[in-house]
Amino acid sequence: MSISERRPWKTVSPARIGTYAFLLVCALFFAMPLFIMLMTSFKTMEEIRSGSIFSLPSAPDLGAWVKAWSAACTGVACDGISVGFWNSVRILIPSVILSVLLGAVNGYALAHWNFRWAGIAFGLLMTGAFIPHQVYVYPLVQLFAWSGTFGTLAAIIAVHVIFGMPVMTLIFRNYFVSIPEEIFKAARMDGAGFWWVFFAIMLPMSTPIMIVAVIWQVTGIWNDFVLGLIFAGRENLPMTVQLNNIVNSQFGEREYNVDMAATILTALVPLVLYFISGRWFVRGIAAGAVKG
Amino acid sequence: MKIRSAQVALLPMFAIVATVYVGSILWTIGISLTPSRSLPIYEFVGLEQYVALFRSSRWTTSLVNMLVFGAGYIGGCLALGYLMAIFIDQKVRAENALRTIFLYPHAMSFIVTGLVWQWIMSPTEGIQDFVRGLGLTGFTFDWIVRPDMAMYAVIIAGIWHGAGFVMALLLAGLRGVDTEIWKAARIDAVPAWRMYLHVVTPILVPVFVTCAVLLSTHAIKSYDIVVAMTKGGPGIATEVPAKFVMDYLFERSSVGRAAAAATVMLMMVMAVAAPVLYARAAAAKG
Repeated sequence: MSISERRPWKTVSPARIGTYAFLLVCALFFAMPLFIMLMTSFKTMEEIRSGSIFSLPSAPDLGAWVKAWSAACTGVACDGISVGFWNSVRILIPSVILSVLLGAVNGYALAHWNFRWAGIAFGLLMTGAFIPHQVYVYPLVQLFAWSGTFGTLAAIIAVHVIFGMPVMTLIFRNYFVSIPEEIFKAARMDGAGFWWVFFAIMLPMSTPIMIVAVIWQVTGIWNDFVLGLIFAGRENLPMTVQLNNIVNSQFGEREYNVDMAATILTALVPLVLYFISGRWFVRGIAAGAVKG
Repeated sequence: MKIRSAQVALLPMFAIVATVYVGSILWTIGISLTPSRSLPIYEFVGLEQYVALFRSSRWTTSLVNMLVFGAGYIGGCLALGYLMAIFIDQKVRAENALRTIFLYPHAMSFIVTGLVWQWIMSPTEGIQDFVRGLGLTGFTFDWIVRPDMAMYAVIIAGIWHGAGFVMALLLAGLRGVDTEIWKAARIDAVPAWRMYLHVVTPILVPVFVTCAVLLSTHAIKSYDIVVAMTKGGPGIATEVPAKFVMDYLFERSSVGRAAAAATVMLMMVMAVAAPVLYARAAAAKG
């Protein structure tokens, strides 16, 4: 270190080389799976059998992508992963809107309208966030069965709203608490009611935390497997469940190129969101980590 | 009064907390004390389900696997994540690109993670096949099909998924460390590694705790990654408690046993979370 400080442009110290070597090895470790997936998805089965996983495709072939999207088989049906994609979209949009809005209302009410029971309910909600879904599953299945909604789109949306509530409530509450009390008090002096303050003052100020909340929920709901498997019903199985069915319940020879194309397609929505949202994604992680 | 509107607005939350976050948990605990099979039978049998549960080798294996996975996954993520954060913090070039590469797995689901690593580790298709193709015909990397090593294969996939997350949080922590400390260290000619070991790491303990708690809830919940990667096999070598509950609920129609297993999971989570929640509540008061 001391050498590089004296002659920063002439000598590269061993420590510097070591730093970059370590980071490079790490980068290779993290990038390798995505590289293998991409390369394999552009190969024909012929080429996969003869070559290695790290080789580049000799002539990029889109056949596997087309088949993965529209003709890959999950058990008996061979309609491709596109069915799961659209199911996931239908689950995602209402779930995200409802859970973010509810989280915003909860967070606002808890931050500025303290009253009895609110603190206790919030504490229970936060504790609930740590508990594995397996503890809730059976009673929820029974409740949905009684109400006649088990295995419907409404059920899976409700479940996502329920399990999204702790983190959504938490991050909005923390955000609204940081808004100066004076703004809120001034509005109330002017006679503004609960909803007026919320829609006219709080919501317009909460764009940054909205973005964080939406990223968090889109990623979480799109990547969910176990809740979709249990509650969505046969007709609405999300993309992750379909992907697992395509890959893990195949008969005959496994088509690795189709499997990998289907896997990339399933990972695409959160990946694109991650690459375009950049630091917002990290902000979301930090905001959600507060619960730890 | 206007407080009434706030109460009305919080009704959905109250309802959900009461039915799901309190009601379902009590219900599950209640069912674990009954002999329920495919349908609930409300008859009290005490701790019979728990006794049977801990006699089952599949359950005890699942518990041990979860502990092994938890230790490897949390330890691995913290160690690799911290190292990456420290090295990135050395004013390196291409910092943004590196951070993006390290963190992108965290955006993907555990299902995708499990499937990808299943291929990479497959002896006939993955790394073993590749290295043998290079001429090293004796090379073996078949953890995923070996009962004694399969859990470690899942750990590697888990670390791939979670280390970037730890890196992101710790890097933010490192950037928050007072720069005066580093100036002082330079004047006293304290080597960097000693600074990290004795000064910086203790400052970052709260961040480590946050990461460890979050990762441990992942470890206790772990289900998707195992289903996608090994389906619990070979044999029962990678069975985990969350999968045990799911299988006994939906395949073996043994609701009472599943509820007992879920209750044990609940107690384990509380054992991890309670000290943290307590410490936080105490800190908030004091």
